This record gives sequence, structure tokens and C-alpha cells, in this order.
Amino acid sequence: MNLDAKIPVGELSEKWTKYKSSIPLVSPANKRRIDVIVVGTGLAGAAAAASLGELGYNVHCFTFHDSPRRAHSIAAQGGINAAKNYQNDGDSVYRLFYDTIKGGDYRAREANVYRLAEVSASIIDQAVAQGVPFAREYGGLLENRSFGGVQVSRTFYARGQTGQQLLIGAYQALARQVSLGNVKLYNRHEMLDLVIIDGKARGIIARNLLTGKLERFGGHAVVLGTGGYGNVFYLSTNAMGSNVTAAWKSVKRGALMANPCFTQIHPTCIPVSGDYQSKLTLMSESLRNDGRVWVPKNISDAQAIQQGKKTGAQIPEADRDYFLERRYPAFGNLVPRDVASRAAKVECDKGHGVSPTGLAVFLDFGAAIERYGKSKANVLGIHNATPNQITELGEAVVSEKYGNLFEMYEKITGENPYKTPMKIYPAVHYTMGGLWVDYNLETNIPGLFATGECNFSDHGANRLGASALMQGLADGYFVLPYTIGVFLSQEIRTPKIDTQHQAFVEAEQNVTHTLNQLINVKGNQSVEALHKKLGKIMWEYCGMARNKEGLTKARTMIQDLKKEFWSDVYVPGTANEFNPELEKAMRVADFIELGELMVMDAANRNESCGGHFREEYQDEGGETLRDDENYKYVANWSWPNGQDEAKLYIEPLKYEFIKIAARNYK
Amino acid sequence: MSALHLNLKVWRQKNQQSKGEFQTYQVEANEHMSFLEMMDVLNQDLIEKKKEPVAFDHDCREGICGACSMVINGKPHGPLSGTTTCQLHMRHFKDGETIVVEPFRAKAFPIVRDLVVDRSSFDRIIQAGGFISVNTGQAIDGNAIPIDKDTASKSFDAAACIGCGACVAACPNGSAMLFTSAKISHLGLLPQGKMEHTRRVNNMVSQMDEEGFGFCSNIGACEAECPKGISLENIARMNRGYIKASLLD
Amino acid sequence: MSLSGLFLIVFLLIHLLGNLQLLKADGGQAFNIYGYFMTHNPLIKMVSYGLYLFILIHAIQGTLLWLKNRSAKGSSYAVNSNAGTNMFSRYMMHFGIIIFIFIIIHMIQFWLKMKMGVLDQVSYDGVDHTVANLYAPCQLAFSNIGYVLFYVLSMLILAFHLNHGFQSAFQTLGWNHPKYNGLIKIVGLLYSILIPLGFAIIPIFMFLNK
Repeated sequence: MNLDAKIPVGELSEKWTKYKSSIPLVSPANKRRIDVIVVGTGLAGAAAAASLGELGYNVHCFTFHDSPRRAHSIAAQGGINAAKNYQNDGDSVYRLFYDTIKGGDYRAREANVYRLAEVSASIIDQAVAQGVPFAREYGGLLENRSFGGVQVSRTFYARGQTGQQLLIGAYQALARQVSLGNVKLYNRHEMLDLVIIDGKARGIIARNLLTGKLERFGGHAVVLGTGGYGNVFYLSTNAMGSNVTAAWKSVKRGALMANPCFTQIHPTCIPVSGDYQSKLTLMSESLRNDGRVWVPKNISDAQAIQQGKKTGAQIPEADRDYFLERRYPAFGNLVPRDVASRAAKVECDKGHGVSPTGLAVFLDFGAAIERYGKSKANVLGIHNATPNQITELGEAVVSEKYGNLFEMYEKITGENPYKTPMKIYPAVHYTMGGLWVDYNLETNIPGLFATGECNFSDHGANRLGASALMQGLADGYFVLPYTIGVFLSQEIRTPKIDTQHQAFVEAEQNVTHTLNQLINVKGNQSVEALHKKLGKIMWEYCGMARNKEGLTKARTMIQDLKKEFWSDVYVPGTANEFNPELEKAMRVADFIELGELMVMDAANRNESCGGHFREEYQDEGGETLRDDENYKYVANWSWPNGQDEAKLYIEPLKYEFIKIAARNYK
Repeated sequence: MSALHLNLKVWRQKNQQSKGEFQTYQVEANEHMSFLEMMDVLNQDLIEKKKEPVAFDHDCREGICGACSMVINGKPHGPLSGTTTCQLHMRHFKDGETIVVEPFRAKAFPIVRDLVVDRSSFDRIIQAGGFISVNTGQAIDGNAIPIDKDTASKSFDAAACIGCGACVAACPNGSAMLFTSAKISHLGLLPQGKMEHTRRVNNMVSQMDEEGFGFCSNIGACEAECPKGISLENIARMNRGYIKASLLD
Repeated sequence: MSLSGLFLIVFLLIHLLGNLQLLKADGGQAFNIYGYFMTHNPLIKMVSYGLYLFILIHAIQGTLLWLKNRSAKGSSYAVNSNAGTNMFSRYMMHFGIIIFIFIIIHMIQFWLKMKMGVLDQVSYDGVDHTVANLYAPCQLAFSNIGYVLFYVLSMLILAFHLNHGFQSAFQTLGWNHPKYNGLIKIVGLLYSILIPLGFAIIPIFMFLNK
């Protein structure tokens, strides 16, 4: 297979501008005759569907939710990066590009990342015009804050609900196109197969979740914006419904899965409290702007806390180990996520953890409260403020910044984070891997495009905070609507896709068969129970730390689990009705296969980079040890049958414009 | 960790056409579970007994997507104010308690199954005008129009709506005024959205009527039950816009 | 709803001011002269037709709203919680019906008699024409404990109706501002207590002074 990333030639900073103006156009009259299917209505999907609708294409947009606004982009908290340099702190497109490549541990494509940084500024403009109420200064101008892995303030935010506000902006743009008749919206429809005719993606089979009926939809092109697959770990910060099915069905039809083992473990999540737990809750990275991460220096103190005999507040300053500040003085608490997560795991593994399970570290706002309190007292002209007054004033400032996060923490844990330090632990959050796409965001299947978290994207082996929103919207608003023209301009003579075509018949039969199979196992285990088993294997062997031996073992375990699933799953009800258990069963079946591929990928990559930490490959200080000579590539897997060995296709990464080096946050 | 033994009276209804009824179940939960995790326990138990689990909408379980619904002991999203069902934890219930769980009820929210209702009428209200007409790529610089902090903040307060429909569920009139007015406030307060304000108000209000939502009689149950604290002030703002539109157009 | 309501609210105040003359210990002179004025001034007559119209509009609109809202709700909950809301707001229709019945009885009792011309005519010094003695039937009616109770209870219901209606009208008209909401609330509360109280005092007073 020839993997051509189709990167335009020329100077890095001119590639996109030049390319954009050379992309063939489709005339307005022809656009009206072209059907485009967009699956998913998160930031990438909704933005793409709305923009394509505005351009005049006939868009058919699908979501498995009851409303496009439920897509999980909505839960993003902290913010969105953009190289606006409004703060005059030396930011630039190049710096955002560089930070992103470095943050991704040099495993992303230069040209793609540069384009991302370039269009980032337009995203903010677009969102403001749509009515996204970003945080503002008293002067009425946009406010920024800082995020992990960078030394400038380029993150735009809307309280702790940036994702919600941006998604609602995109959702409203989509709603407008629906009202204008340019987009037809299908809610509670889940894509269960991709239809390929003469080698091109020409439609999907979707299940109407309300009636259970399978429906055929034809289109000249298919765009996926279906998000990431973090739920392969069962417990993650993803929504309960987030799944890999649309992408995985494409893999089954020949699409390549790129770097599937690149998973982001987010350092600041509320720790697991019990076996019943259904999902994990993220505490925004923005908290690390003011919160200090620490564990007790003495194991005896840690044990006392674990047993509930001591609280964090009782540990004197001298006996606290602010391990991020100690290990990474230059970036301190704001090191990238993979680095912070690993450091927390190291401390807990050494026995310094602070929850009953020993799997938690403190995120402490005491110092910030005092600092803000003093400064506020000065502002108010209170010169001899009492410690109580300072605390009170400081808490008010912290509440203004992070109030909703603190409330959420208290709701879930029942503890007041103003008084006792938060307990946090890393959890699966984002997947950098995904469908392989070229510079046009087109997969190796002509006419099949992937956007947002669904593609293997621009984040390399680790994504920086506040960059997921940026990438999803960049793809949806400013990249795909142009680049899809490269394919569609060749399709103006293609008539409306005939859904009676044999390929549709075959695909529909394929789905019917799988659904019936799932229903007819009539075994003894619930889908949930089997999913939990998969999650445990993945977290244990393919989570924050991986090694060859474990990965080999995990592969066998997953293969066994797959057999167990198909012989012992119990799915109640029928396929011809609203049946959430059946939906889940299909998703978990796909997760199991994906899990096996992830393990294969992780075992293949004999190096540590970003979120992929192979214990065999680390330096004396416990930092990742990359192998640029042998693994400076994108690992793309072809595995249509889901059995035997998956086939690896390599896309070497070329760094023409930046010098690659060991990542250093010290 | 103390165990909670609960009696659950749950509304079961096969589909929109069929007649529903309450079924009683015993569930053993603990205080650290969320309400939905307690429902998961119930469903696991039902599946193990080869019975149909209770269908309910849920997704993010972080209180932001607006998917979860349910009326718990007569209150949408349960007894805790400012909290969605998914963020409600069992430590707020007592051992031995009987909990009545019903779907959101309103004519414009037909029941799909058990506790799942169809809220697509909300989407259609937004489609009627809940947007600012700007195409991708047309925008001017984000800082070109300064917006004072308080206005932006007020707009945000309204934009915090998660579209869950608790306002409709709580309203004895099945009215969607709080939802609709929140969108009208969110956009109408911003300079970018002012241009279309009157048209937006007219179109959204008439769509709301068309969907079969009731009228507002200022009972205030919506505000009291809204998990995001959306204020009645928004309804007044919408009314003002609507009256102005009727008088001047 | 809100506009007709606000008109009726204003009417109540004027009506009360007039009626308070019943409390004067002058054998009904002031009240009867006032009654004559109210029934013979052409402007007042016009306004009074408007009043009947507004009462009807208010009642019809209210009924339609109630019907529409009931159908919009569809089915009701097994468990109801009214926490955090004004209890009265949920029973405006019920209160309205009682008040409407009251108005009909009230009008048959006094207004109809006045209009039919069945009342005795009395003359007062300084008035160059005779006036109908409306005071007499009032005196008669309010010497009956049953009527007094009926009036007082109706006024209680009116208080409930006003308690929600007053501020609700402002909200519906969009006259809502965080700075003045508190004021509207307080004025509404006082209004809903003082006006019905004023009306209720009259029958009690007349009963006690019969």
C-alpha cells in the first residue's frame, strides 16, 4: 500500500496558504447535487456539517444521541489554544506549532501541526462571532490563561465549560443549516457499517435506535467525526456512549488505524472509589495553574492518611514532597499530561499515595488561596488582615476561577476542596491514535474522511491541554471544507448514489447478521461485565506503563475474552426495538478487537514516547527514551478480518523545519 | 462505606403507545455511588435474572451533556438543587428509603421507553432561530468588538443551559419558556446577536407553541429545578422582546 | 392576561376607596352620593363597560390558558413536589373560578338592584336630586353572618389570587430588573394583603355596627 500523506511542497509557513488556493473548486450548481454524509456531531462533526452546508453541499448528518448537543466535546473544561498573542507574551504561530510538536514527543507531522497552529486564530474569531461567551477582561477584551507544556498564556476559556460553549456554537451553526434545508439531521441513528463501491466510500448503514430498523444512506463522500476510543479501558473520562464503532467498521472495510496505542492519561481526575464505578471525572488541567501537586515525604505519613488516621492538612510543609516542582523546576506543576501522570504513578507505586487504595496524590490550593487572599487584601486596602480574613478572600478568588470544578469535586467526593486538598489520580482521557489520514484528512479509502479525535491527528504521542478543541474545530471549520474539494471535484459526474446497489445490500446483511449473532448468544454475562474485564486488561497491561511481556500476555487474554464474549454475552430484547443493551454490545465487541490491535501496536513500538511508556525504555531519571532511528514513524495497521496478524504500514516522519531533540521540561 | 437498602418504584413503559406502570425493585447500593450507578446496579441485577433492564438516557455523567433526566421523588434530577441526576450521589438518601422514579412528563416530550423521552422538540426550537447567522470564515477579529465583562458574564449565565428539559418537566404547564428564553438571552445580550434578536424571539416562540409546549404562568418551578440555575429573568427578557416585536412589527 | 389583570388590579384600588365610605357613620349619605356619581357620570359609565369586558377577557383567557397548559402537560406525576415555588401560583384557575362566582353573586346583589331601579330614592341636603339608597341593601346583607363570612372568605381567595397575580403580571410584561424585583415583590405582597383586607373590613364593620 502506498501511503502518500500528500503534503504540499514549499516553505512550512506557506504550505497551507498556497495549497488552499490551488485546491480544485466545485461549482455551486454541482455542490447542490453532491451528497455528503457526516457522522458525529461533536466539535469536528458539527463544524464540518455546518460549514459544508454553508458551502452548498447536501449534507446528511448523523448522531446516536437524542440531540447533536450531547456529543462529548461538551464536557471539555479548560479551554482552547490559539496563537493570537493577545497577551503580548511572545506567542506566535511558530511557537504554538513548536510546542505542539514537542509536546507530542516528535511523533506528529510537521505540515499538519503547522496548519493547525495557523488556523487556530480564526477559530477564536469564528466562535466569538457565533456568540461563544469567552472570559473577558474588564476592558472588554478576551482573557487568556496558561496550560501544561507551554510558557505563554494562549488558552481561551469560558469558565470551566469551554467545550460546552464551543459545541453549542457549532450546534447552533448546524441548527441554522438544518433550518435552511442544507443539512438533514438524523438523531438516534448509529452508523454500523461503511459502504464501499468501486473502492470509494459511498454510504453508510445506520441503525435507527428508536425502531431498531437498519437504514441505508448514500453519499458521494463520508466524513467521520466520531471521537476517540478511550472507553476501551472501560473506566475513562469519556462519556458512557463514546465508542469506536464507526471508525472500527471502517477499519473492517480496509481503513488504516494509526498509532492506536497512543493514549493520553490525564493526571488530574477524581480517583476511583469502588468497583461499581461507571466512569471517571476529570478535574481540568487549568487547576494546575494554581494547585500544587504533592505527596507526603514519609511513607509512614502516607500510610496514616491511607488508613484515615491523618489528613493532608496535618502534614507540615517540610514533610511534603512537591514532586513535580522538584523534578521539573522549569515547568513545575504545568508539565505536559503524560509527564505529570507518570510522576504521580511513580510516587504511588513507591507507597506515597494518599487515598485508601493508595492511588491518589494531593492537588493543594492552600498556597494559592493564601497568595490570592493577600493580594486581594492589598487591593481592598486591608493592611493588617487576619489569617482568617486572608483565607476567606483567597477562597473567593479561587472560587471565581474554578468554582464549578470545586463544586463538582465536592458533589462527587463529599469533601470540601477549599479546606482539604483535592485527591487526584491519572485516568484515561484522550486517544491520539485514530484513523490514518493524509493532509486532506482523507483516509486510505478514497472518499472516507476522518476529523477531530477520530483521526490520528496532530498530537503525536501526547496531546497538550486545550488542543483537542482546537483540532476538532480546525478540522471541521477550516480544513475539511476545503480539502474535501480535492475528492469531490472529481465526483461531479457521479449521479446520486443508488442505495439498492449490491454493496448496500451486502453491508446491510452484514450488520443484520452481527446484530442477530449478538442477540442469539444468550449467554450468562452482561455486556457491562465483559467490558469491565476488557478494561482491566487494558489498564493493567496497556495503560500508563507497558512492557513486552505484559503486552504479549494481554494479547492472549484479549483473544480469550473475545471468545468468551461471543459465547457468553447476554443481550436482552430484540434487534427490532429501542435496545440500549444491544447498542452497547456492538460497541464492546468492537472495543475488544481494537484492544487487541492496541496491544499489538504497543508491543511493536520498542521505545517510549509521550503517553506510550515502555518500561524497558527509560533513562536513569525515569524519563521516556525515544528511538528516533527506528520508530520515528506513524504505525498504520490494516486488519480487516480482525483475526490473524494485522499488517503494518509505515509512514516515516520527516522533520525538515525543526530540529528534533529529547523532550526536556526540567 | 455504609450499605443502603432501597425500594425503587420505577416507571416501566415498553413504548410510546403502550400503557406504563410502576414496578417495584429492591436495590442494594452504597453512599458513594451516583444515582445512575445505583440504576446500573439495578440493571445488572435485572440482566442477571434475564429480565429487561430499565432504559434511561445518560452519557457524560459529569452534569454537562444534559442527557440524563428522570423525576426522582417528584423532582426532576432529584432532591439536590443545582445538580443533575448523574451528579446526585446516594449519600443524600437514607437506608430503607422508597424512591419513586418517573420519566419527564410533558406532551412535547413523548415517552420513548421507560425513563427515556424524546426531547427533539428542543432541537427544533433552536433550529427556528437559536443561532447567530454567520458563515464559517466571515468573522472579524475576536477582539474587534469589546464586550464588557458583566454583559459577557450574564450571557454566559444563560448559555450555561444544558438542554436537559428539567424546566419543562417541572412546569405544571409543560412550558419550555425557560429553555427558549435562556437561548434568547444568551444570544440577545451579546452585540453579535442583537441584530437578529426580534426575529429570533418571534420564530422561537412560535416554534415553541407549535411543538405543543404550554404557556408560562410564572410559577417558577423551572427556575427552582434547573440544574444550572437559569434565572426567570430570562423569561422576562424574552417577554419584553416578544411584546416589542408584536407592537412594532 | 397580564394587561387585563393589571387593569383589574387598578380597579380594585378605586373600588375599595369608594367602598370605604360605607365605614362613615353618616347613615350611608356619602356612599349613596358616590353610588349616584358612579352610575351617572358618562366617563365612569364608559370605563365600567370596559371593566366588564376586562373581567370577561381575563376569565376567558385564563380558562383557555389553563386548558392549553393542562393538555401541554399531558399526564401528571405520581409524586408531586412544590418545593421552591409559590403555592398560590399553581391554583390560579381555582381561585379565579371562586372569584368569578363571587363577582356574579356580588353583582346580582347590589349592581343589578341599582340598575333595575328597585332601590328606594333618598334625598340629601345640598344635593338637588334624589339618589338611590344602595346603603340599605348593604346594611341588610351585612347583618347576615352568612354573607359576611362569604365575603370575607372570598376576599381571602382574592388575596391568594393577587399574591401571585401582581408580580406575575410584571414578569409577563417583561418588567423585570434585578434592582427592582425586590420592590415589585414587596409592593405585590402588601397589595395582595391590604386590598382584600380593606374589602373584608367593611362587612365585618357593618356587621358589628348593625
